[in-house]
Amino acid sequence: MGETMNLWKRMMCYCRRRSPWLFHMNSGSCNGCDIELVASLTPRYDAEQLGVRLEGSPRHADILCITGPVTRNAVGAIKTVYGQVCGPKAVVAIGSCPATTNVFIDSRTLDGPLDKHIPVDVYVPGCPPRPDAIIQGVAKAAAILAERAARNESAIEPVAEPATESTTGEVQQ
Amino acid sequence: MNLTTALARFLIFPGLLFAVPAAWFFLWVERKAVALMQGRVGPPFMQPLFDFVKLLGKSTPPRSGLAGLLMRAWPLIAVSAAAGAVGLLPVLPASGGFEGDLILLLALLELPSMCIIAAGFSSRSIFGEIGSAREAVLSVSYNVVFLLAIVSVAASQHTFRLEAMAQLPSTPLLWIGVLAILVCLPAKLHLNPFSLPNAEQEIYSGPMTEYAGPELAMWELSHGLEWVAATGLVATLVAPHITIGWLAACVFVAISFAVVLLLSVIASATARIAIDSTVRFYWQCTLIFAGLVAVVAISTPLLLRFRP
Repeated sequence: MGETMNLWKRMMCYCRRRSPWLFHMNSGSCNGCDIELVASLTPRYDAEQLGVRLEGSPRHADILCITGPVTRNAVGAIKTVYGQVCGPKAVVAIGSCPATTNVFIDSRTLDGPLDKHIPVDVYVPGCPPRPDAIIQGVAKAAAILAERAARNESAIEPVAEPATESTTGEVQQ
Repeated sequence: MNLTTALARFLIFPGLLFAVPAAWFFLWVERKAVALMQGRVGPPFMQPLFDFVKLLGKSTPPRSGLAGLLMRAWPLIAVSAAAGAVGLLPVLPASGGFEGDLILLLALLELPSMCIIAAGFSSRSIFGEIGSAREAVLSVSYNVVFLLAIVSVAASQHTFRLEAMAQLPSTPLLWIGVLAILVCLPAKLHLNPFSLPNAEQEIYSGPMTEYAGPELAMWELSHGLEWVAATGLVATLVAPHITIGWLAACVFVAISFAVVLLLSVIASATARIAIDSTVRFYWQCTLIFAGLVAVVAISTPLLLRFRP
């Protein structure tokens, strides 16, 4: 019985790593990183080989990809969408803006960087980052998500609540 | 058909044991064909299985009350209806069946789309409601051609038995019917150019917007089973009558595969069209099909009478 459960857990871990579904969210980005994220799905880079799918609804997603320096208007939306993603989940900050607020630092219209509001697992720096870097970041986030979920399988965090946990993976690209 | 054969057909072949792997295979073929048409490599072979297992391991948002209960029930009803439809297909020769099983098959094929409509409305999401309304309009327009095609083929043989439908001689009426069914399948399976209910980039995920985790896995499975059932229906009508069991099964799978490939290629080569154009298209198809059937029905006895 224990053997079967173990096998099932290992299979689940493998499947989580092989099937990252993304939800893309713009928190005031200049559209540069958004274009690069979409470019990673095009024939040249073809992220679908890793099982990546860009989903329309945050409910379907495993990995939340956030671009932009987090404007004041976007904070509420980010918290809501993070709560709507069902666990286990991971967050990828795409571009330099969500990591450091980039050239917009000290702007009074911003409330960044992103990790002030939700835990971020992978940072993909660049202005904008190249599509291959984004794919690597997503693959890393999928591996982190699978490992973390396997470690505390019994305690998947409840969904539809704003971010309260403070565990950050802090994996620098 | 006694209970043992019925159970064997539902659980083993062409039922669950065959249909679930076939559903995942067809979902992969669809994604791979679209990827190849776009010049990409596409997902690995086991991708639908990975997605399914992963979705089973995700949590679902807490839902309470009757609406929550209904939201959990719809995907299960859809999966069982689609699996039942696959189980009814007369793949193996002399596999039994009963008078009127064609009507049951049509009802079971229609049930998943009813569940999608209900699911979108019970999720109370605005995108779900738009998607459901589109699905309802689409279903009203394509089902007229679909049912007309099948009923006219069945009526020409004076039977509603699937077994008799599978042994039909190849008449012009049968081929017109198969063509009409093929025209309806993209709408039934929500493929381009008629992917209106789940229109990505337009209304998020349509009726599925609020679904997550195991429930979404059930929707994916029911979509795959719908693929097997719908292409299987075409395969049953088209396949030549073969008395050897395993050969009949192989021919069935081969024809289904060809239909899946055809539909995927059409899906990747076309763009989504607007809802009013879709409705107009299907009603024009209905008129053309009805005209063709009338011509065939009048001309066949005349030709037979004047045959030298």
